[in-house]
Amino acid sequence: MSVVPRSVRRIMAVLASAAASSLVLTACGSGSTASGSGGGSLKGQSITLYSGQHQQTVATLVKDFQSRTGIEVNVRSGDEAELANQILQEGPASPADVFFAENPPALTTLEEKGLLAKVGSSTLAAVPSGDSSAKGDWVGVSAREAVLAYNNGKLSAAQAPASVKDLASAAWKGKLGIAPSETDFAPIVTRMIKSDGEAATKSWLAGLKANGKVYDSNEDLVAAINRGEVEGGLIDHYYWYRLRDEQGASGIHSALAYFKPGDPGSLVDVSGAGILAKSKHQAAAQAFLTYLTSKPAQTIIATSHSYEYPLAAGVQNTKVSRPLKDAGAVVPASDLGDGKQALQLLQSVGLLS
Amino acid sequence: MLPLAAGLVALLVACPLVFLGLQAGQSGWATAARLLRRPLIGTLLWHTVSLTVMVTAATLVLGFGAAYLVERADIPARRAWTVALAMPLAVPEFVHGYCWVSLFPSVQGYWGAVLVMTSSLYPLVFLPVAATLRRSDAAAEEVARSLGHGRWATLWRVTLPQTRPALAGGALLVSLYLLGEYGAFAMLRFTTFATAIYTEYETAFDTESASVLTLVLVALALLVVCLDARAARRGRVVREGGTARPCAPQPLGRWKALATAALASVTAVTLGVPVYALVYWTARGNSSTLPSTSILSATAATLGYALAAATLATAAAVPVALYAWRRATRLARAVERAVFLTRALPGIAVALAVVFFAIRYAPAAYQQPPMLVVGYAVLFFPLALTAVRASLAQVPHGVEDAARSLGVRPLAVLARVTLPLILPGLGAAFAMVALTASTELTATLLLRPTGTETLATQFWAYTTDLSWGAAAPYAAVMTALSIPAVVLLTRRTLGTPRTPKGVR
Repeated sequence: MSVVPRSVRRIMAVLASAAASSLVLTACGSGSTASGSGGGSLKGQSITLYSGQHQQTVATLVKDFQSRTGIEVNVRSGDEAELANQILQEGPASPADVFFAENPPALTTLEEKGLLAKVGSSTLAAVPSGDSSAKGDWVGVSAREAVLAYNNGKLSAAQAPASVKDLASAAWKGKLGIAPSETDFAPIVTRMIKSDGEAATKSWLAGLKANGKVYDSNEDLVAAINRGEVEGGLIDHYYWYRLRDEQGASGIHSALAYFKPGDPGSLVDVSGAGILAKSKHQAAAQAFLTYLTSKPAQTIIATSHSYEYPLAAGVQNTKVSRPLKDAGAVVPASDLGDGKQALQLLQSVGLLS
Repeated sequence: MLPLAAGLVALLVACPLVFLGLQAGQSGWATAARLLRRPLIGTLLWHTVSLTVMVTAATLVLGFGAAYLVERADIPARRAWTVALAMPLAVPEFVHGYCWVSLFPSVQGYWGAVLVMTSSLYPLVFLPVAATLRRSDAAAEEVARSLGHGRWATLWRVTLPQTRPALAGGALLVSLYLLGEYGAFAMLRFTTFATAIYTEYETAFDTESASVLTLVLVALALLVVCLDARAARRGRVVREGGTARPCAPQPLGRWKALATAALASVTAVTLGVPVYALVYWTARGNSSTLPSTSILSATAATLGYALAAATLATAAAVPVALYAWRRATRLARAVERAVFLTRALPGIAVALAVVFFAIRYAPAAYQQPPMLVVGYAVLFFPLALTAVRASLAQVPHGVEDAARSLGVRPLAVLARVTLPLILPGLGAAFAMVALTASTELTATLLLRPTGTETLATQFWAYTTDLSWGAAAPYAAVMTALSIPAVVLLTRRTLGTPRTPKGVR
């Protein structure tokens, strides 16, 4: 990735995380007060946030955080994959203090390269442990659920498949839409590899390829389902809600169906944030993560136009028809890894180039 | 002085190639072999090559045909047609793609891509061909006719060969662009080799593998550049001294109505669809957030960066073009051609290269406004160079020597003789870069100062949120801003309208 040899970078990363963890100890104290009553000594500091998350929601969160703590946040919004690539190229000189990603693989990639600092333990404790990195390098902030969106002019709720595996059957030939290049798709494949093995997953993917029309993005896919170009497809739930906002209820000709709990398709995907190991504002960055998992921030997420699920206990998204707990047990984010195996499988069947 | 300046510019513009080489070098031959042996790679390469050939051919036919009609036929309102035919340049490619897809979801795949890319790129051929036709001397075509050639034979054997360098230059820009384009094809659900590169960047976060694949694109681009050099050399048109007498338009007779209808349908497809789609979505989308304060600041930022980038790229193109023009050495020509290669690189590769070098060697400027300006200049340098090169080619070679022999110092010759002569080319280069930079997205997201929003980044933010209604005004403003640049470009490239004696 960079011209600095890997071994040197590893040593630097170890030193950095040691330095960071000593800072974290002090940060935890100020961090926990940050969401409550003023940020104390952190007031007036400023941090840079690289955000691949929903722009309007992040803007609301940042504004609230600034007014609570006096810490200024410079937001660099972009595509999460491009931002991750940018951090990788920037190396230790990166101006980023916090990276707020849309999906775990981007964070896991930075984690594997030793670019992330440990998140404070009280922050990690605010959300279920399975929703954050197993090593504590990033914390889960919000979640979305994989669902089947279907055109209700062509399919009834009763006809919706109970398992994502059914989508590879001949009954779906020419009727299915998929967006395999979306980062949300690979986790389902990873889970299928875990539960059914690589060979079975490969033939399942081959079935999807034979049945399906491939779209570049979930946005394109959900619009295609809604206008009846395909009968159904795998998306994250919030794309459908955002489409409903845009089209209005009268323009919606589709609905959501859920796979049975325990099915590889019944997947909750986490969006998380991490702190750059080389950040010069470790304490302020920790305070921001603490804020993101605090009740006020989680309430903003629960009521925003992004339609994501908050993760902190006691906060519910009432704008979404089904509560998160109905999805069953959440697969720990660490089980999903960096998705490389799923990616290679997708490439070998030709669903990805 | 001049070789030094030209060399420095070439070095800066070649930065992305150096970056690719460094990155690809980190992955071994085994990785490269694994990447290139994947099942889809052959298919994608075929998609890229067949699409590039088809769209380039289509833009040549459409561009030449339209230019011939407005410059050589007696159709009504030729001036207005010229501006209308150049206008698709004002609509950014991803807006073209978005408009077609949102109105006609069935426009997809190979033929969808051919349709959309041809209708957005043909002005790159139309403008230089029209300029050549307007400036060429009537004598050649008149002599051909007096010797018994019919209209078609004159067209084929005299008019067409005269426009050969213009056709070659336009085809070069069109085909290089197609090699690296990703966004518009993604919307049209058509996968090309650039798709594979983006997968490595965006799904695998693997810059090394992405760079290996990008080098394949560079090889294809090299092939295109060499083909162009051959085509342009064979058709070299030199007319030294004397003033060209403009051609009188040929009466089309009963074909006139048909020709006018053809131009009208081209305009309806290439311009009508985007305009209709933008109006439709602005009026219909529920999320429409007109008017917001951010549209004003985004417009100001877009304008500022586009104009600065246009100035820098045009200034940088002058030494390179001059150097290659004054010394027709092999090295000079090689330098001039190498800089075209960056045009075929995906935007993300160029942007990451700028990130890589800037943070290491110019940390103070990192994510500051100058970095984005330099990034744009690197990306769009080939556009500026094409325009400056084309206008230098029309300057008689002895002019500078004559001035110098009269005792004028070299810099004064440049300022008082050469630059004034190529002013139309400088204007065209400026307009072309400003136009393209004002709609750039990928590199803008990576290189802009934190917190800066341009029209393109806002458009992107809303479309990724499915808020088409809110996105549409940004696309509309982007298009509206580009109109003056296109008008300027049309004027600069074609010069003032000239009416031949005897025809009003």
